Amino acid sequence: MRDGITNLLVVGIGGQGVMTAAEMLARTALSQGYDVKKTEVAGMAQRGGVVSSHVRFGPKVYSPQIEPGEADLLIGFEAAEALRWVSHLRPTGVAMVNTLRLTPPIVSAGLYDYPTDPIGVLAAAGIEVHAFDAGAIAEELGNPKLVNTIMLGAISDYLPFPAEALESCIVEGFRAYKPQLVEINIRAFAAGRAAGHGSG
Amino acid sequence: MHALVHAPAESRHLLSGNEAVARAAWEAGVRVAAAYPGTPATEILEYIARYPDIYSEWSVNEKVSVEVAIGASLAGSRALAAMKHVGMNVASDAFMTQSLAGVVGGLVIVVADDVGLSSSQNEQDSRYWGRFGHLPILEPADSQEAYEMVQRAFDLSEEYEVPVIVRMTTRVCHVKAMVTFAGERVERHAAGFQKNPRRWVMTPANAKPRLPLMHERDQKFRELTETIDLNIAFSGSDRRVGFITSGPAFMHVRETFPNAPVLKLGFSYPPPLEKIRAFAGQVDTLVVVEETEPLLETEIRAAGLEVRGKDLLPRFGELAPSVLRPAIKPLLGEPYEVPHRPQADVFPRPPTMCASCPHLGPYFALSHIRNLNIIGDIGCYTLGAGHPWNALDTCTCMGASLSMAHGMDKGRGESDEKKSIVAVIGDSTFLHMGMQGLLNMIYNRGNVTVLLLDNRSVGMTGGQENPGTGLDLHGMEAPRVDFAKLAEALGVRPERIRMVDPYELPTIVKLVREETKMEEPSVIITNRPCSLTDRFERFQSYTVIDEKCTGCGNCIDLGCPAITVARRETTTTKSGKSKELVFARIDANTCTGCHMCVETCAPEAIIQPQPQNRVIRIHAHA
Repeated sequence: MRDGITNLLVVGIGGQGVMTAAEMLARTALSQGYDVKKTEVAGMAQRGGVVSSHVRFGPKVYSPQIEPGEADLLIGFEAAEALRWVSHLRPTGVAMVNTLRLTPPIVSAGLYDYPTDPIGVLAAAGIEVHAFDAGAIAEELGNPKLVNTIMLGAISDYLPFPAEALESCIVEGFRAYKPQLVEINIRAFAAGRAAGHGSG
Repeated sequence: MHALVHAPAESRHLLSGNEAVARAAWEAGVRVAAAYPGTPATEILEYIARYPDIYSEWSVNEKVSVEVAIGASLAGSRALAAMKHVGMNVASDAFMTQSLAGVVGGLVIVVADDVGLSSSQNEQDSRYWGRFGHLPILEPADSQEAYEMVQRAFDLSEEYEVPVIVRMTTRVCHVKAMVTFAGERVERHAAGFQKNPRRWVMTPANAKPRLPLMHERDQKFRELTETIDLNIAFSGSDRRVGFITSGPAFMHVRETFPNAPVLKLGFSYPPPLEKIRAFAGQVDTLVVVEETEPLLETEIRAAGLEVRGKDLLPRFGELAPSVLRPAIKPLLGEPYEVPHRPQADVFPRPPTMCASCPHLGPYFALSHIRNLNIIGDIGCYTLGAGHPWNALDTCTCMGASLSMAHGMDKGRGESDEKKSIVAVIGDSTFLHMGMQGLLNMIYNRGNVTVLLLDNRSVGMTGGQENPGTGLDLHGMEAPRVDFAKLAEALGVRPERIRMVDPYELPTIVKLVREETKMEEPSVIITNRPCSLTDRFERFQSYTVIDEKCTGCGNCIDLGCPAITVARRETTTTKSGKSKELVFARIDANTCTGCHMCVETCAPEAIIQPQPQNRVIRIHAHA
């Protein structure tokens, strides 16, 4: 964290909830009194393209983009997408990766290969990697849409503010719009938090 | 109701630049706002629509939106039009003359440049329009500035009776940052249209006397730019290089060189040349950091100052600290080496069409018919140029498909002799600028087969409404254009207007074959909604019975993202040739049960586990 700035890079594929997760992180940072900037390029993202959302916070943030080698935390919603952004992590950075593998049509058609072991390549780069199957946890809890909250729970102990601040930001959002989902999201957050300490 | 609509003064919010523009328009007392959707500006009108005090609309194109705003301004109301950079090309006819006539109620045009082409066909620097149209340009660097500058733009517009351009870029529109609200809405009295033909009827005799007035106004702006508080000099302890910058490039400069002096131009046209001269005197080397063209650089050099800029920095694409650092460090005598970082070689993931996208059927047909030149347009269907269809041969600008196809028909060369010319266009693009092309083709006895892919949505920008959807910007019922009647009114013979369900693959293949053989224009209109909108009805997903799948790969040619390869096998045909078999699998979560792939499967290996939810067909009507 240079100049007291924290850089969080959230990556995945259009439709996975990457931008929602980044929004939660930005709002929590805001509630903690930081200056915050969040950016993404989302023009064609909902059609299965790559999505990356940059969240930067600290005493004063100028540029909204995270530079290569500057991300403190990489939150990957898909294994190959996490690997795609390896150049953006600090050598001391942490990667939290959902082991889900989503194969695009051009890979399916045999034009490109899906990396055999993306998590292994990340780890071989000397990065602290935590990987787990967030989809399996969501399924156990009975709702595949919980992956988002599970991933946020997983990184909640790697942030410069208390995990409870992030949790209450998520919970408040549900309390306002979908109160019936509050309980299950609290459980998802806790399950993610436990999974985030594994080594994958 | 959106929470921001009632947010009080002094409150702080995390807002995108587009949201900040909307709030500013509300506070500034805007009464009319109009736009056509376009990335990255689309959300401006979507947010403005949440403020009930403002009349807001999706106009059919950007020129119309600016003309709507001009009309409101002449009635004395504050008005705003918003668009992406290429929209400004369409709108320019209106504001180039209105800049001469002037305005009454404040008129602000917000234009968003897609620097780096995240979702556009080209990269343009909209700051040129200030020079071309004799209009001032304001350039916010973040959300707070967007909020403040839009309000300033209205004041300037009324004070100098001129349209004012607020130039944004993707990194302002789509970046969320802190905004503190200064006030709440101020209602402004609109006196109503004051008739004055010498002022508002731009005949040559009336326009000519406006020219010297326009140049007087230019002079006033040249004076204003030297003193206005939007052009700010930041002092710095390291005076080896001083930067002149505008827009979000300012943020990258501050991030990278926090101790360097910076002259930040918020009112960037006309540029404050005297202020720049004074600033230049305080630094060893002057560097202009601007996105994307060397506009300030050229003017500063023309004013006789020594300046660096595009000789160091790239001529296109987004700037960032990682771009500035290697370009500027050598200037400081500090050699810069790109640090070694782990690199990953990961496959590209280009955008694809969606599961059950109604464009899949037409592209399946186009990719299976030979001897076509397929002239495309702007929309999701531009993706038809990609894998696996490879069935779109051009894409230039909104509405170009029909007119370019007509031109290609008339200018046929040797290799086109036996080919049919097809134009592919969507509903919204057709209404935006395509129907003129159809009228032109009919009038001039052309012969093009038009595929009008009506998915009842402006799909690529996120599913906005248009005059073909039956709803307006606010989701309220609105008159819905009848495309078949419209085509007939433009002169297409009723026999050549064919409605088709795009999910019925054999029908659409047959129709395209038939119509491309005709010696006159045809219009084939599809009738399924975009699968990402509320109009789309999801059905039970399909699955592949592995024992029945023969590995022919036909369903994979559809390009549906729900269908993936389960496994590959190589076999030998009777004639002794080696042949690759591709066995398919359907992802149950992605599949929406549209049944298109069933039509491609001869061995009937694709089934619904419980077939009671069979898709309900929309009946095609001629």
